[in-house]
Amino acid sequence: MNEINHNSKSKLHGMWALTNRELKKWYKEPILFLLTLIQPIIWMGLLGKSMNISALIPTNIPGLDPTTIMEQTFGTRDYFSFMAVGMVGMTALFTTMFSGMSVVWDRRLGFLNKVLSTPVSRAVIIFSKVLSAALRSMFQTSIILIIAVVFGLQLGANFNPLNILGVFAIIFCLCVGLSSLFIALTIRSTRMETPMAVMNLINLPMMFASNAFYPAKLMPDWLQNIVNVNPLSYTNDAVRQLLIVNTIDYAKLALDFAYVGIFALIVASVGIVLSWRYLRK
Amino acid sequence: MSEEIIRAEGLTKVFNKHLTAVDHVNFSVKHGEIFGFLGPNGAGKTTTINMLITILKPTEGTASVLGFDIAKQDENVRNVIGLVPQEYTADEDLTGLENLLLCADLYGIPRSFAKERALDLLNLVELTDFKDKRVQTYSGGMRRRLELACGLINRPKVLFLDEPTLGLDVQTRTATWEYIRKLKKEFGMTLFMTTHYLEEADALCDRVAIIDHGKIVVIGSPEELKHNLGGDLITLAIKENEDVSGLIQNVEHVKEVQKEDGSYCIKAEFGEITMPFIIEALRKKGYTVTRLSLTEPTLNEVYLEYTGRSMRDAEESREANFARRITMRRARGG
Ligand SMILES: Nc1ncnc2c1ncn2[C@@H]1O[C@H](COP(=O)(O)OP(=O)(O)O)[C@@H](O)[C@H]1O
Ligand SMILES: [Mg+2]
Repeated sequence: MNEINHNSKSKLHGMWALTNRELKKWYKEPILFLLTLIQPIIWMGLLGKSMNISALIPTNIPGLDPTTIMEQTFGTRDYFSFMAVGMVGMTALFTTMFSGMSVVWDRRLGFLNKVLSTPVSRAVIIFSKVLSAALRSMFQTSIILIIAVVFGLQLGANFNPLNILGVFAIIFCLCVGLSSLFIALTIRSTRMETPMAVMNLINLPMMFASNAFYPAKLMPDWLQNIVNVNPLSYTNDAVRQLLIVNTIDYAKLALDFAYVGIFALIVASVGIVLSWRYLRK
Repeated sequence: MSEEIIRAEGLTKVFNKHLTAVDHVNFSVKHGEIFGFLGPNGAGKTTTINMLITILKPTEGTASVLGFDIAKQDENVRNVIGLVPQEYTADEDLTGLENLLLCADLYGIPRSFAKERALDLLNLVELTDFKDKRVQTYSGGMRRRLELACGLINRPKVLFLDEPTLGLDVQTRTATWEYIRKLKKEFGMTLFMTTHYLEEADALCDRVAIIDHGKIVVIGSPEELKHNLGGDLITLAIKENEDVSGLIQNVEHVKEVQKEDGSYCIKAEFGEITMPFIIEALRKKGYTVTRLSLTEPTLNEVYLEYTGRSMRDAEESREANFARRITMRRARGG
């Protein structure tokens, strides 16, 4: 009997089973799923709609056209569209953070030990967490964008439905990177408190020191430096270019993809190395 | 058969440079036996299992499972073992069958084949009627049986059971022992188990290693261990007001006789067999036995003898405690 197992087993066996286990927890529990969407919706609704920035610009000064000013600073005519797109990155940030926490749960509840006692490769254990976080985020991205369109998101003049694929691609890369990062932070923990504190310490600055709510070019220099290394900024920029900007800057878009792609590659590699070292203490 | 299935030599685990959880233990487990680690909470039982199943790296020493070195051939080890952990690891939101199929996937067992196997196992542990119910609705005993089935999905040659009846009530515990015996017979496996229940070690194990503070203090079959204590205690009284100590002393296997206010305390080997001989010897001389009792030593006395105290609970880390509490709660079906 055992011979059958060995012959038909690939290096990646268990990958889908473990990924699906993560996803199942979520699609079998619609409440949980709704809760993760509430936060970006609140942000969109409250911040995106209350900050009617274009109304600040006086209309009675000759030679000053509010539409042009908005487009020059935000790349789009209304602030709502600008920040709604920022919510996509924010959701990815929180979803990947939970994937990090789930490692701690699995350890505390004995599931991790159970899996580690099977022939499943340690890399697969990590990758399944990463993959499920990425898949979740991509699904949530779709929902958020649909809601945003309903709320009045204005698509760019040259928007092509194929651009959606680009959005998914960059969100996928971002999530692979972020969730590898969070898993690397939690891989050794047996308790919730420490990684939770560290993640909160990372998450808020990461969200605000990015162009999610406000364009980087209007920020002070020191902050701009941070924003310019933050992978979230590149993701936001790419998603904006693909969805709401009227004329796409292809060079900038290529840079966005390259940056986020390399970020994902490096952090995921580090995550794998750490998992090899620390899963078996 | 006396083929060695597990062999540990000087196996040691030190946590955080100063906490020696397992301290140079040596033992071997023979083919087809149930070998048990008996010790209080925090004695180092789980840590030993975790090293044998290649989850923890030993700080010192070596061990092999079916001839595979746990440090150098850990993948081979993982292919031939099964684990029933101390915790309940089945997914609460999935059904019993779905959980077994997930386990099968972790071993890379093809789906077509896995389903048949899973149904077989569910039948063996008598969960067929509940296979499509969420684990959430299972009682403690049912959960344990599901974990047993899950540990057997890859037809392991060695099954590791960590405190298989922790938190279960006495009745369910006894029933679980039956399942374990049945499964062992069905699959002809070797079992390595841990427990802190004395009766469990006594009822289930062919050989027991008593572990305390990470050290093995004695190894032997429960009978041997109890026997080595010097035998059973027989108490009797006779109608006549005479001292018959000498007479009793002459019966074979009697080791010691003490007279205490009209009754005799006799230490004897093989109490059940020796007792009739004592009565016979007394009757022949015309004495009438009015009161008689036999007390066999339990593993508790063995434990007391070797560690100098009753089973006590050692200090446990917060994490170990947390996992234990959850296990206990689920055992009660919560
Ligand atoms: N991962 C760990 N880190 C630090 N200490 C640990 C760890 N696991 C177990 N210990 C400690 O090692 C000792 C033995 O624990 P364990 O093997 O779980 O005991 P048992 O299973 O016999 O109850 C305990 O004092 C426990 O707190
Ligand atoms: Mg234990």
